[in-house]
Amino acid sequence: MPVATLTPAPARKFSRNPLIAFYQSSIGKKWIVGATGAILFAYVIGHLIGNLQVFLGPDRINGYAQFLHDLGPTLWVIRLSLLLAFIIHIVATIQLAQQNKAARPQAYAVQGYQRSTLTSRTMVVSGLIVLCFVIYHLLHFTFEATNPVFRTLEDSHGRHDVYRMLILGFRKPLISFFYVLSMFLLACHLSHGFASVVQTFGINNSKISGIVARSGESLASLIFIGYISIPIFILLRIVH
Amino acid sequence: MATICDSKIPAGPLEKKWSKHQAESKLVSPANKRKFEILVVGSGLAGASAAATLGELGYHVKCFCYQDSPRRAHSIAAQGGINAAKNYQNDGDSVFRLFYDTIKGGDFRSREANVYRLAEISNLIIDQCAAQGVPFAREYSGLLANRSFGGAQVSRTFYARGQTGQQLLLGAYQALERQISLNAVKMFPRTEMLDLVLVDNHAKGIVVRDLVTGEISSHAGDAVILATGGYGNVFYLSTNARGCNVTATYRAFKRGALFANPCFTQIHPTCIPVSGSYQSKLTLMSESLRNDGRVWVPKRKGDNRPPREIPDSERDYYLERKYPSFGNLAPRDIASRSAKEVCDEGRGVGPGGLGVYLDFAESIGRLGEKTIRERYGNLFEMYHNITGEDAYQRPMRIYPAVHYTMGGLWVDYNLMSNIPGLHVLGEANFSDHGANRLGASALMQGLADGYFVIPYTLGNYLANQSGKKASVERPEFKAVEEQARQRVTKLLSIRGKRTVTSFHRELGLLVWENCGMARSAEGLQAALGEIPQLREEFWHNANVLGEGNDLNQSLEHAGRVADFLEFAELMCLDALDRNESCGGHFRVEHATEDGEALRNDDDYCHVSAWEYNGSGKQPTRHIEPLIFDNVKLAQRSYK
Amino acid sequence: MNFNLKIWRQAEGSAAGKFVDYQAKEIPAEASFLEMLDIVNEGLIARNEEPVAFDSDCREGICGTCSLVINGVPHGPGKAKTTCQLYMRRFRDGDTIWVEPFRVLAFPIIKDLIVNRSALDQIVEAGGYISVRAGSAPEANGIAVSKRDADLSMEAAACIGCGACAAACPNSSAMLFTAAKISHLGLLPQGQVERSRRAVSMVRKMDELGFGNCSNQYECEAVCPAEISAGFIARLNRDYAGSAVKEAVLAE
Repeated sequence: MPVATLTPAPARKFSRNPLIAFYQSSIGKKWIVGATGAILFAYVIGHLIGNLQVFLGPDRINGYAQFLHDLGPTLWVIRLSLLLAFIIHIVATIQLAQQNKAARPQAYAVQGYQRSTLTSRTMVVSGLIVLCFVIYHLLHFTFEATNPVFRTLEDSHGRHDVYRMLILGFRKPLISFFYVLSMFLLACHLSHGFASVVQTFGINNSKISGIVARSGESLASLIFIGYISIPIFILLRIVH
Repeated sequence: MATICDSKIPAGPLEKKWSKHQAESKLVSPANKRKFEILVVGSGLAGASAAATLGELGYHVKCFCYQDSPRRAHSIAAQGGINAAKNYQNDGDSVFRLFYDTIKGGDFRSREANVYRLAEISNLIIDQCAAQGVPFAREYSGLLANRSFGGAQVSRTFYARGQTGQQLLLGAYQALERQISLNAVKMFPRTEMLDLVLVDNHAKGIVVRDLVTGEISSHAGDAVILATGGYGNVFYLSTNARGCNVTATYRAFKRGALFANPCFTQIHPTCIPVSGSYQSKLTLMSESLRNDGRVWVPKRKGDNRPPREIPDSERDYYLERKYPSFGNLAPRDIASRSAKEVCDEGRGVGPGGLGVYLDFAESIGRLGEKTIRERYGNLFEMYHNITGEDAYQRPMRIYPAVHYTMGGLWVDYNLMSNIPGLHVLGEANFSDHGANRLGASALMQGLADGYFVIPYTLGNYLANQSGKKASVERPEFKAVEEQARQRVTKLLSIRGKRTVTSFHRELGLLVWENCGMARSAEGLQAALGEIPQLREEFWHNANVLGEGNDLNQSLEHAGRVADFLEFAELMCLDALDRNESCGGHFRVEHATEDGEALRNDDDYCHVSAWEYNGSGKQPTRHIEPLIFDNVKLAQRSYK
Repeated sequence: MNFNLKIWRQAEGSAAGKFVDYQAKEIPAEASFLEMLDIVNEGLIARNEEPVAFDSDCREGICGTCSLVINGVPHGPGKAKTTCQLYMRRFRDGDTIWVEPFRVLAFPIIKDLIVNRSALDQIVEAGGYISVRAGSAPEANGIAVSKRDADLSMEAAACIGCGACAAACPNSSAMLFTAAKISHLGLLPQGQVERSRRAVSMVRKMDELGFGNCSNQYECEAVCPAEISAGFIARLNRDYAGSAVKEAVLAE
């Protein structure tokens, strides 16, 4: 066999099971990453809408928290689904990233990026930092492990006083700073993520790709502004 | 003494010959097809379509190309389109008219029967390619679009943007890849044929060099098909790809195959001129530019003023002056030759004085820049990219360049050369274009040969070859392999002072000057004197570095140039021998009083097929008389 | 013009490679990038040094053979052109120019700047065709194709198979190449019969060969000499998902 026709041994193999094979394929895995990403994206928006109720006063947000709490098993179904989506999203992405790294055994001496954005090239980094943030965020506000004192907060109706918890939590500049930074990275991640999902789901085409990219950026900016408004207003003592 | 070649043209009326021949051709049973191994060299339109089709029929096929992928063969660069006698436009086209136009365009130096078959098959090609998914241009109705091309009076050209060659080649390449996936064809990319192996005077194999490992090896088969393209690169600068070469066909010639009409070369009038000695390639600009551009040079010799400063009265619109009725649209050979004449007079423009202006100022004034931009925007852009000049502001500079070679290995009606088993397809053979090829006919011929001719005619040869397959262990193979190895060793051991490219460039200039657009007995004799000297110097003073056992581009080039250095002599000899002017072959001694080509039908209405007689010996000329039963020989006039 | 070249030299696939400095002197501005390398090589041969090996053939931008990465960009600066159509006037006198081969796992280096791109042929081999036997085709005008589909198909078919998309992709993905072929055939009525099988087997072959995954960054589109739109990748993503389901359901 002439060397010119030789190529390396298959880098990937496929299962006979069509479902597994779909996951094993590059596009299949991207669909999974896209689908789980879309779920998480939707959650980010939902969570923001919930959180923004802090501006409507303690009664509204504490009531909202109680409502969520009263969902009982449903809440856990949602939480576990989100967790599962989160894990699949991360595992699949890491696998993709590893394959991508292997596909370019040697980097170019000079980088000549033409079209890609810094946010698109740093999806893994932004994603991993957001992961760290999510873990801290859960420990901070959900499990209240970092600040056990939060567990004791109750409002006049005997409900868990989420409003006070937020005020106390975000009055610490360092925590707020980390929160803002994480939201920035999340926004970067979502900005590319949005356009990417549209592309991966095959909705994109050359006519709308510009609009899709700008929509992703706008949506991510709105999410960023929405989320950081809470610690900033708290730090500025506008919400107290 | 010249003998007459037997073209094996079937008897009977012209329009019945092919169907009769198909019906009478020998068949190979499916069980026997599996036993035959066919070697196809070249993967352009002819090679890829032949390899794919033969694989599909059940033969074992091996296909070789020097490129890294069969998809890159130079057929890919054809822009214009492909002719077919579909008469979709209802404008009076027919198989006979396509046949007649092709014969006339070839200046009555091609075979009636072959050309008629080509015209008949043209329709099947379009069907085949459309079914393969070639994205031909369409009307709003969803049906196929046509355009008029190359001065034809009917619209019979099918096209896919400006890249018809690429799209047709991809169709053939995809069919080939399909056969590769089915193990019917085995592909050998980056593999160059170095020689042909004859066993008992039949073509039974080839010797090739793996261009990556340098390994020289043999492949045995039951028949050999050469589809290795033309020899335009003998001129060094041409519109051909850098790798195009004459080696396969020339080696076959040295093994006894007849080389027909090597002096028939086509020179395209609208190319971007040479800008310096470093130049590696000439780029073709679509001929359509001549529809709106006016060709001129300064009246005064050595007038170096910028073109816009030369007043109209001091310009010579020489095509309009000489050919008032056709003007700037005079045919390719005439436009090319006229450009050479004015440059020879010292009135050429641009670097080296080898160029003429193609001026759009008047059209822009008349139609507006917007219209011109719509019509030719992409060409103006390409011109700007290459030359850095803005053709909206100053006239384009153009000059003729070698584009296609009508000559090639002699073949009979079955596309088999005089060596039994050696078949030659596409530009590599001589059969269909006579002394001048019409636009949009090259693609048609390549695909006709590969998809629809060779699958039928190959059986005529193979039917008697059962059990006669040669093994590469035979001494004939070992001997040829050894010669190929020695040649490589010899090239690598010269270690002289000059680069191979410098020899190629010098040879190119020599044949361009003496066997290019205008040829004279004197010039050709001079060239015939100089070429052997240059060849002699090459073998003593070329510097081919590196080793033979790895990828060595200098060595590849050296082998090809060594063959061009021999082939050029054959080409000049044929040009000198043909004492007439016809098509692309213009002998200054044979011109009308007005300087137009003067054919000599009494003495040269034939194919000259040359037989190799050994190194340093004059080749023997055989002739195949051309008999025209269905058309009347006429003199072209474009006044 | 004069240039400082830093050219990747590698004796063979398994050998270690390195950048070597060369001076390109008195290069005409009208020379193409490859002609500049020709001049450098002529100089090397004159000094009995082995010339730099690089691929090129048609030198008019259609065959897809040339394959250099110039200052980190496949086919160098400028849009919609191959390396052979890059002219030195685009650079400034005295520029330092880095010349590297395509760096893609699935395109192993053969020598210096030459890589083996037969992986692209293998992707086509996996299904990039319409199975039509010569002689069995129906009358060409028996299949009407809307002009819109035919034009879009043509846009995809314009791919010259140079592999710059994979070379430019931060992940060495060949999605643009694969998407172009699948779209070219999938947009035509002739290509429908084999459409789902084609999409599934070509994508899997592409994966098997070790190309990376598309992460929608469109470096491919930016360097593509044939200006193939990344919109075709979206089309492929859609096509593949549908095809995978179809193939799974149809499989016994």
